[in-house]
Amino acid sequence: MSEPILSIKGLTKVYGSGQEALKGVDLDIMPGEIFALLGPNGAGKTTLISIVCGIVTASGGTVTVAGHDNRTHFRAARTLVGLVPQELTTDAFETVWATVSFSRGLFGKPRDDKKIEDILRRLSLWDKRKAKMMELSGGMKRRVMIAKALSHEPALLFLDEPTAGVDVELRRDMWEMVRKLRADGTTVVLTTHYIEEAEEMADRVGVIRQGELVALGDKAELMQRMGKKTLKIALDEPLATVPPELDEWGPVLEDDGYTLCYRFDSHAETTGIGGLMRRIDTLNLGYKDLSTQQSSLEDIFVSLVHGERDAA
Amino acid sequence: MNWSGIKAIYYFEMARAGRTLWQSLVAPVITTSLYFVVFGSAIGGRMTDMAGVDYASFIVPGLILLSVLTQSIFNASFGIYFPKFTGTIYELLSAPISPIETVIAYVGAAVSKSVVLALVTLLTATLFVPVQIAHPVLMVIALILISTAFCLLGFAIGIWAKNFEQLQVVPLLVVTPLTFLGGVFYSTAALGEPWRTVIHANPILYLVSGFRWTFFEIVDVPLTASIAALALSIALPLAVIVWIFKTGYRLKS
Repeated sequence: MSEPILSIKGLTKVYGSGQEALKGVDLDIMPGEIFALLGPNGAGKTTLISIVCGIVTASGGTVTVAGHDNRTHFRAARTLVGLVPQELTTDAFETVWATVSFSRGLFGKPRDDKKIEDILRRLSLWDKRKAKMMELSGGMKRRVMIAKALSHEPALLFLDEPTAGVDVELRRDMWEMVRKLRADGTTVVLTTHYIEEAEEMADRVGVIRQGELVALGDKAELMQRMGKKTLKIALDEPLATVPPELDEWGPVLEDDGYTLCYRFDSHAETTGIGGLMRRIDTLNLGYKDLSTQQSSLEDIFVSLVHGERDAA
Repeated sequence: MNWSGIKAIYYFEMARAGRTLWQSLVAPVITTSLYFVVFGSAIGGRMTDMAGVDYASFIVPGLILLSVLTQSIFNASFGIYFPKFTGTIYELLSAPISPIETVIAYVGAAVSKSVVLALVTLLTATLFVPVQIAHPVLMVIALILISTAFCLLGFAIGIWAKNFEQLQVVPLLVVTPLTFLGGVFYSTAALGEPWRTVIHANPILYLVSGFRWTFFEIVDVPLTASIAALALSIALPLAVIVWIFKTGYRLKS
């Protein structure tokens, strides 16, 4: 098994105000994966990324990038990392070409016009290379931010809320670009509020809540482990209340009493479906359709950030 | 050393100066020219010599420094403050570039601008008055060192400042008055007591005196005192900058 490209051990951060932003986070990111860090506002996502990139100083713990400690060997560590911050912070009076070339030089790479041209073309920015940043739309500026982060060919790219405030088309473009980056061997860590984004792109997902990593795992495995299924029974006649004979299964009514919903663990030894259906037959409750629904990553996320780990 | 990083910042800053040529070069030169017209030609003709030097020529070194000191602070402070203001500082903080490399790049660019400004001002002066330079090499060295001192001060101010107003406070309310009172337009010998003694508390007097010596070999204070003041002017802001980077003051949380 290969070594992690990013290894975070016992990372803590307490700001001057006393706010404890990170409470001993442990996380390994493997080369070539797309990792999504989910969490509500103020959970510690940006603090975590900022510490890895050297923008914020950790209170405790270690961060190593490809084996290089990001404090004692900051040069080697930072050379491997690219960051696209959440805010669109740009030099308004610079041209696209100048600002992307500047980023490459800043990260210690020699001038390479061909490489810059390649990056700008991949991000559909080539036609805008002579435009000043202030002349670009928000979406274009976002692309330039990505181009700047890619200019020094990082092995590990952080995208902090990359599609926040961008239209659906550009979001799809971004997703496609991230997949291409991964295909080129770049490891991508993204933070997002959009569960759909994590579900669409990530190999692994981590959920951070109040500075703690409360869930971590392969996306499919996490959904399987923490997600539950719902059996939906479409009734012939609506029910005003759930019959007391069904209480042991705890179903709930939806659609004005026309749908009986039973949540079950599909990986448990017994799902309870058989007993429930037999009891429904005994009660002579007619039904016209049966369907099951897997809880989404969003359901898992919502339950986790509300502290209901077992309620998913 | 991350030479590519240093070069990137240096050229970036110089390119910005190129885009704002009116502000960074033309405006100071016009202002200084006006001083030459008013103090050199109009008033200077009625003034007696200063320590044996024609008054119009006497004020040339001081006027060069007047422009250099304020512009050094302005250029260096703006260079580091602007990324803080726009938020692009994240890129600098996340780059594999050390604090010393960052200072070399930003302060190096600001010093370059100041030296160019000084030389253009000097050339402009020659249009109005005859200028002799007794020690041209020492003059250039002194110019570079004085610019470095005030660019370092400007860099520290740029990190300290939280808004544009704070950026202007030190150059406008401290450095400019001290420079005017630091013997730019007169020799301390022309002052009566107690001002002749009081003025010696002004550190800029020592810099102006030393710089003027490279032109005319005349001094208001001993040359060794000027050298000591110059060394202190470099060491103090440098110490502050080292502390800033060690603690992350107003740069990192």
